[in-house]
Amino acid sequence: MKRKAIINAHVIDPVLGLDGVSNIYIKGKNIEHVGEQAPEKFTADITVDANGLYAFPGITDLAVYLREPGQERKGTIESELEAAVSAGVTSVVCMPEPACPIDNMPMVNLMRKRIKAEKKARGIFIGAATQELKGKKLTNMGGLKFAQCVGVSNQREPFQDMRSLRLAIEYAATFNLPLYFHPIDPALSPEGGVHEGAIATRMGLPAIPAAAEMTMIASILALLEELQTPVHLCRISAASSVDLIRRAKGRGLPVTADVAAHQLFLTDMDISDYNPLCHVQPPLRGERDKEALRAGLVDGTIDAICSDHQPHDIDAKLAPFQQTEPGISGIETLLPLTMRLVEEGVLTRLQAIQLLSTNPANITNRSRGSLKKGSSADIVLYDPNETWEVDVEQLSSKGKNTPFQGWSFTGQVEKTYVKGKQVFNR
Amino acid sequence: MSHQFLSPGPLPASLQLTPEGQLKHFLTIEGIPPLLLEAILDRAEQFIDIPSKKQRKAPLLRGKTVVNLFFENSTRTRTTFELAAQRLSADIINLDIRTSATAKGESLLDTIRNLEAMDVDMFVIRHQHSGAAHFLARYCSPEISVINAGDGNHSHPTQAMLDMLTIRQYKKEFPPLKVAIVGDIRHSRVARSQIHALNTLCAGEVRVIGPRTLIPAGIEKMGVNVFHDLDEGLDDVDVVIMLRLQNERMETALLPSAHEYYKRYGLTQDALKCAKSDAIVMHPGPANRGVEIDSEVADGSQSVIMQQVTNGIAVRMAIMSMVIASQAELHS
Repeated sequence: MKRKAIINAHVIDPVLGLDGVSNIYIKGKNIEHVGEQAPEKFTADITVDANGLYAFPGITDLAVYLREPGQERKGTIESELEAAVSAGVTSVVCMPEPACPIDNMPMVNLMRKRIKAEKKARGIFIGAATQELKGKKLTNMGGLKFAQCVGVSNQREPFQDMRSLRLAIEYAATFNLPLYFHPIDPALSPEGGVHEGAIATRMGLPAIPAAAEMTMIASILALLEELQTPVHLCRISAASSVDLIRRAKGRGLPVTADVAAHQLFLTDMDISDYNPLCHVQPPLRGERDKEALRAGLVDGTIDAICSDHQPHDIDAKLAPFQQTEPGISGIETLLPLTMRLVEEGVLTRLQAIQLLSTNPANITNRSRGSLKKGSSADIVLYDPNETWEVDVEQLSSKGKNTPFQGWSFTGQVEKTYVKGKQVFNR
Repeated sequence: MSHQFLSPGPLPASLQLTPEGQLKHFLTIEGIPPLLLEAILDRAEQFIDIPSKKQRKAPLLRGKTVVNLFFENSTRTRTTFELAAQRLSADIINLDIRTSATAKGESLLDTIRNLEAMDVDMFVIRHQHSGAAHFLARYCSPEISVINAGDGNHSHPTQAMLDMLTIRQYKKEFPPLKVAIVGDIRHSRVARSQIHALNTLCAGEVRVIGPRTLIPAGIEKMGVNVFHDLDEGLDDVDVVIMLRLQNERMETALLPSAHEYYKRYGLTQDALKCAKSDAIVMHPGPANRGVEIDSEVADGSQSVIMQQVTNGIAVRMAIMSMVIASQAELHS
């Protein structure tokens, strides 16, 4: 087995409680030891001097749409996995979507095979909760579990009614599959809508009130009072939702939640020029919501930051706002935006890695997200001093739909390792 | 097309002015300086003053091609634009897009590109989606001007300008005026444009009146006072603007019935007594008599609805001639 030593790195690992210079010793695919001294009888075949670089466990991105199979003009497994590892993401959690519903075993197996062949990031799968995401008939969740799905979801598609939702949670729990729930009330969420308020009114765009999210969270929390089975809340956007989740967690309900990175920086002000790049679902909300989401990260109400990566071809965005498809190609700005929160003093370094790597790995029931002995050697080496600017033409993702074009960041991924193997080198 | 083309782009308000502050496009009232709004009204007055029919045809748009690009049904607005272009001696093409290319899946951008290839000078666009005119102005070639004939719920600036002209004709000055806009504010691009225009021209007070389901969130930030009671809202106003109520509002649970709406918000002679005795009554048309307005009022002595229609042609002539003039300056 090959032995690798990454020495003199500034190691950030919330599980080990480490935020300082140390060495990482890797044997084959796994971490052998993190510490100043090499383990006994350890002689490295390769030594990487990471002086001046941060080293932290690879990111698990809880929401990635690879677009393959089916929508290769928006993104391919090859392009999106390259984008992932270039940005420190070592595990992509593939979400079902209507064009690629991940609702049967062969589909999961096909995608897994294609992802493995790339030898880049790992694929983790969330299966569909209902067939073709139509909200009616349940999928073969036993089979999805057998194909190693870690949860089920109906993505942003609605369940037929409260009964279907409750049964989906219960049936999924039979196989220890948590429901990944997008709290979006369809009737309160008109297509092409933006956050209800003065800006939506001024622009004459359909309005989505914060209650579209809050009522669904309240409903599912009511179901959980009885069922007491884990549910993960996807892409929280409103201050009122953060309050609800905080109280539910206080009462011990088995609920976790994530937020998309763009919600922590953009608000409805950013769509004032009908900017289709800021068309997302749930919509960008107000300044107060943005601050509440940030506070939710700090106090642990929100467990993870994800990219909600939705690459699009340009035609999907080149139309009047309401006619454009929602979503941001976000995987390459996930880490930069999160580190910006550290720069701004909102989060500590340890909290940032907790929210990007440790917690999402735990949510998906994976013992990664840490560099402790025996963990898979999924590691990011990051230069905290390198300054760069987002240039859409330089993005690895096929989707160039980012509103962060021209943003300047300090800090960049230098190398990425998955299972001890280097999969990216700048 | 390069992705660099995508936003963030200029706001509609800044996109429509040339560096010298002249009208290049006419997309929204928002952001147009008061002097320029007054200039549009003055120019429109000149077109009204042209006395006899024979002299009516001005050569200002001779040799220019105007395309009426209507993605939404509107006979009246389209006709006035057509007439305005004809009186300025332009060639005009009407395209009813609802039944043509885009229905077959062609994108708005492709439609534009095809028309551009025909050497067009001006687009007049009506579209069901907010921001469509802004989109068109952003992506069409720079020597073409875009006039917004109504986009979604966002803006209908030529309608607002003809309303301002009508108000000015009857009331002379804006600062002392109290103006009430009554009805479906939520779905009204006309109301939004009127609010911007009235506030830019320094009207004393702008009120909106309607049931809570038809008043959109945060409208007060546009500079209006909100009333839910008709009599209270009409108290002492100089101008009453009634909005058209679409029948589908009853089907989508925003309102219970036309009957109840008429009882609470319909403008009758009785309700009109709350306003100043010399108040004028306006309606962008076509009016639903017996729903938002009583026939007696619509045809009554205080109604200026017919004057609005007449002014519509003059205002559109004014705007068309101004954008063409600034285009000529820009590319000379």
